[in-house]
Amino acid sequence: MSELPYLVAGWILLAGLYGLVTSRNLVQAVGCLAVAQSSTYVLLLAVGYRRDATAPVFSDLPTDAPVVDPVVQALTLTDVVVGATVTALLLALVIQLRKRHGTVDPEELTGLRG
Amino acid sequence: MSRTTRLRLFLVAAAVLAAGLITAAGRLPGFGGLRHPYGERAVAAGLERRTANIVSSVNFDQRAFDTLGEESILFGSVLGAGMLLRLARDEHKRGAAAEPVLPTTRLFGATLLPVTVLTGGYLVAHGALSPGGGFQGGVALATALHLAYVAADYRVLKRIRPLAALDVADALAAGAFAALGLVGLAAGAGYLANTLPLGTFNQLASSGLVAVVNAAVGVEVASGVVVLLAHFLDQAVEVAPAGGAGE
Repeated sequence: MSELPYLVAGWILLAGLYGLVTSRNLVQAVGCLAVAQSSTYVLLLAVGYRRDATAPVFSDLPTDAPVVDPVVQALTLTDVVVGATVTALLLALVIQLRKRHGTVDPEELTGLRG
Repeated sequence: MSRTTRLRLFLVAAAVLAAGLITAAGRLPGFGGLRHPYGERAVAAGLERRTANIVSSVNFDQRAFDTLGEESILFGSVLGAGMLLRLARDEHKRGAAAEPVLPTTRLFGATLLPVTVLTGGYLVAHGALSPGGGFQGGVALATALHLAYVAADYRVLKRIRPLAALDVADALAAGAFAALGLVGLAAGAGYLANTLPLGTFNQLASSGLVAVVNAAVGVEVASGVVVLLAHFLDQAVEVAPAGGAGE
């Protein structure tokens, strides 16, 4: 079944979103967001995969060797970097939230406070 | 909204999304297929500019402008986390305490730290040749430094971590990437165009602009990640609320 890797990516996305919706802890929610985002890595790498091909690095390969798609690999790298920065910023926000409101449970964050 | 309503709403939305994804998956090009028109063109363009690692060629040459944006996001996030985690008026810093460490653990750290730093440096330096590059090597370099915290304590990490210099290095390297783009303009080509001498394929001095930009990104990522982690570690180890346990 040649669609299986794409469906796995979709499943990871939905699993991450489910975690985001049901999470009672913001640190865990940030983790769920990272899971949801990692589905794009699977999707991108699956799209670029080519049977019987190797990594697109020609330092020890003949230049006509079949390689997998380097464009999506570069996109995945961008994706990983952006994902890491988003996670870092969100975790910094969670730390501030814990300090100012004394909780990391999104259910308890009801009132607006200056 | 109550938890059950929210869950029901999500399940309906997830079902629709899942149906859409399944339909879309059937119409994507088959997994492992032989047709990769963009990939083939990227490989040809990369080899033409004598870059052995095509992923680096895509990142630092063919899509260099996008990577400038990506790198600015990283820089912005380091700045943002620094702002969010700065010392508030009602907080103060307490000195990190010395921790008891097993001599074997200390030996492990002292042995592996230089090896890991070397590996990170290798990954950055050979970014245009072999798997790796500025982003991957930068992260390896930054985490290598934190072996000092894992294998000893925070005081040792603070001693080997030149934070003020890394702050400046982060900004300078981020600026250097943007400035390197002007080389292309000066040569009469476009911004971030690869106009530097291309060198010999598969040698350290090859690939023109790729190797230089790759090095700038390596410095930026390594110093950025160290600064970022320093803010988080300070929160965990050093920052105490007024009247807290650190008094």
